Amino acid sequence: MILTLILLPITAGVAMLGIRSAVVRRCLLMVVAAVHAVLTACAWAHSPAPVLDGWLLLDAPGLLFLGITSALFLVVALYALGYLNREDWGKRQDFEEGFLFSNSRESVFLCCLLLFLGMMTLVTVSQHFGLIWVAVEATTLTSAPLIYFHRHRRSLEATWKYIMICSVGIALALLGNFFLAVASTLSENSHVPMLVSRLIQSAPQLHVLWLKAAFLFLLVGYGTKLGLAPMHTWLPDAHSESPSVISALLSGALLNCAFLAILRVQQVCVAAGQGDFGRNLMLGFGLFSMLIAAAFILQQTDFKRMLAYSSVEHVGIMSLGIGVGAGYGAMLHAVNHSLTKGMLFLVAGNILAAYHNKSTRDIKGVLTVLPFSGLLWVAGFLAITGAPPFGIFLSELTILKVALDQGRFAVAFGYLLLLSVIFIAMASIVFPMAQGAPSGLPTETSSDTAIAAVGRESALAIIPPMVLCAAILVLGVYIPPVLQHVLKQAAVTVGTF
Amino acid sequence: MTHMELWIDILIVLLILTNLKLMGSSRLSACIRTVALQGILLGALPLIAGHGQIPFRVVILSGVTILLKGVVFPWLLLRALRTSNTRREMEPFIGYSTSMLISVGLIGLAMWMGGRLPLPVPLKSPLVVPLALFTIMTGLLAIVSRRKAISQVLGYLVMENGIYAFGLTLAQKEPMLIELGTLLDVFMAVFVMGIAIFHINREFDHIDTDLLASLRD
Repeated sequence: MILTLILLPITAGVAMLGIRSAVVRRCLLMVVAAVHAVLTACAWAHSPAPVLDGWLLLDAPGLLFLGITSALFLVVALYALGYLNREDWGKRQDFEEGFLFSNSRESVFLCCLLLFLGMMTLVTVSQHFGLIWVAVEATTLTSAPLIYFHRHRRSLEATWKYIMICSVGIALALLGNFFLAVASTLSENSHVPMLVSRLIQSAPQLHVLWLKAAFLFLLVGYGTKLGLAPMHTWLPDAHSESPSVISALLSGALLNCAFLAILRVQQVCVAAGQGDFGRNLMLGFGLFSMLIAAAFILQQTDFKRMLAYSSVEHVGIMSLGIGVGAGYGAMLHAVNHSLTKGMLFLVAGNILAAYHNKSTRDIKGVLTVLPFSGLLWVAGFLAITGAPPFGIFLSELTILKVALDQGRFAVAFGYLLLLSVIFIAMASIVFPMAQGAPSGLPTETSSDTAIAAVGRESALAIIPPMVLCAAILVLGVYIPPVLQHVLKQAAVTVGTF
Repeated sequence: MTHMELWIDILIVLLILTNLKLMGSSRLSACIRTVALQGILLGALPLIAGHGQIPFRVVILSGVTILLKGVVFPWLLLRALRTSNTRREMEPFIGYSTSMLISVGLIGLAMWMGGRLPLPVPLKSPLVVPLALFTIMTGLLAIVSRRKAISQVLGYLVMENGIYAFGLTLAQKEPMLIELGTLLDVFMAVFVMGIAIFHINREFDHIDTDLLASLRD
């Protein structure tokens, strides 16, 4: 079953290249997304058997992140149907600079999308550190063509930065893997295999110095992919220039995969009695990421970049959560953030499609022009900044409570201060966009009838973000017992509660 | 010093020289060939270091490494170079003579660090770790100090070579599947970067990465 989960998207992705009919391709996308989600649900119900001598198996953290990825992919695939339908496949004018550009071929786009899903699945089920590395690097390479879907200069620049910065970062993680291999060499002829479970078993015998060095390199390496400041510089560019469908996946699913890779090393560190070393580092990077995000969200003039910096903030919160020992809160936050940010990027896609503009200063009256999207945009803002009753409120509060219980008052103060700065900064961007008389629309749609035509929102553009909105609303008041169980187990694996 | 150790040390010295050559030359085609040579030497290192009977997996991995790093990558990059009509690295952020001086400093740093790292198993040559560290640092230096996209790809490859060299010091060998997977990823990375360079050149008529600066806050 684990093998099916990985091989299904990969084979379907390769098959995409050979399918001529657009209808068949899009059906295949939906079928794969649905089957993947059903298989994942089965894995949640009955834990599947390990494959390849325990190299691939689903433990609690893997199950959790696989669940997020698969659910988000299903919703995003549904949105992608509408998106691909309304895309203009010929030459067209760029909104911002006016030059002509075209899209890359749909078959290539869908092929990379499914390969991307396959590689993210591989990250979540891998137990071998080498394999995790191979899979994380593969997610970078399969998603690069997705960012360069609109073939113009800005997306090309974003893609180049993405490949270069992430590849160099992940190369550092490879060095970290080798350090881990040195740490697990007991003598010339005996060494511990690089499997998470085996390393945890023999953790007391590992060389502490090399283990610490390995953690540092793996944290910086995968942290680049995760978007922890100061290694986050590729993230705002990639998220703002890629199609909204892809931004949603990058932010909601890919960042989690990198987070999982870091959690795997932290598991080993905790077992070796070096949990505090890892926690302190993650705490520092987490707070710094929140600080950088707050600084760049203030006065942000591009709403997709605002969402991207908000992702930097939230990976910072997840990292800080692990840092203060709030494993449960951090895992719950990962779930909430993925769903909320996925929804926000999809709504941002709707706004961008209507306004042909990304400037937060020009756009006004989203609530009037796009009633549904406007409402979801405001709801999404409230959810992402941690207003009750949405899920993020709950997870942020859980993390705060643990920080206070542990007596980390300075950390708690900084955390609250940055959260409120970001709340105010985002409010001053989102509300003026949502309210007021419509402006900032393309010049040809100035009359009321034209605005009404733009505002006719299709079901495929509205239902997916609505589903996500409902999910985060539910998670704010009720966490299903099965999710609760997995979250608790996942928190225990990184030595927290 | 046995015969074998002598050969290993000669190879390591040659590898260090390839790094210096890379930092000192402005012609991009020469840089690509230097990195190709480095890949071949690196691929040959485990073959020479193995005593007597060389295991089958080492032969396969060395073969794949030499094929990819010595033949396929240079071919891809030389093609990208021809289409982009670029010859030289013009005005790098750090000049060639300064780069050389920094490199020499980095050798010293790598030697010092290599001597202080307590490895759990004795090595075939004490120079392997300094070589690995120096190569990684050279790669990073090339990435940050050069303008042309191709130079940055070369820097990435050199850094990857250094990490690979560090992997050679390990008594624990990763399973072959993982090593092949790693090589495949690096291959895909160079392939994707090559395509990106092709597009950058078509879109901008140059491959100067410092001019890719329209996205900022």
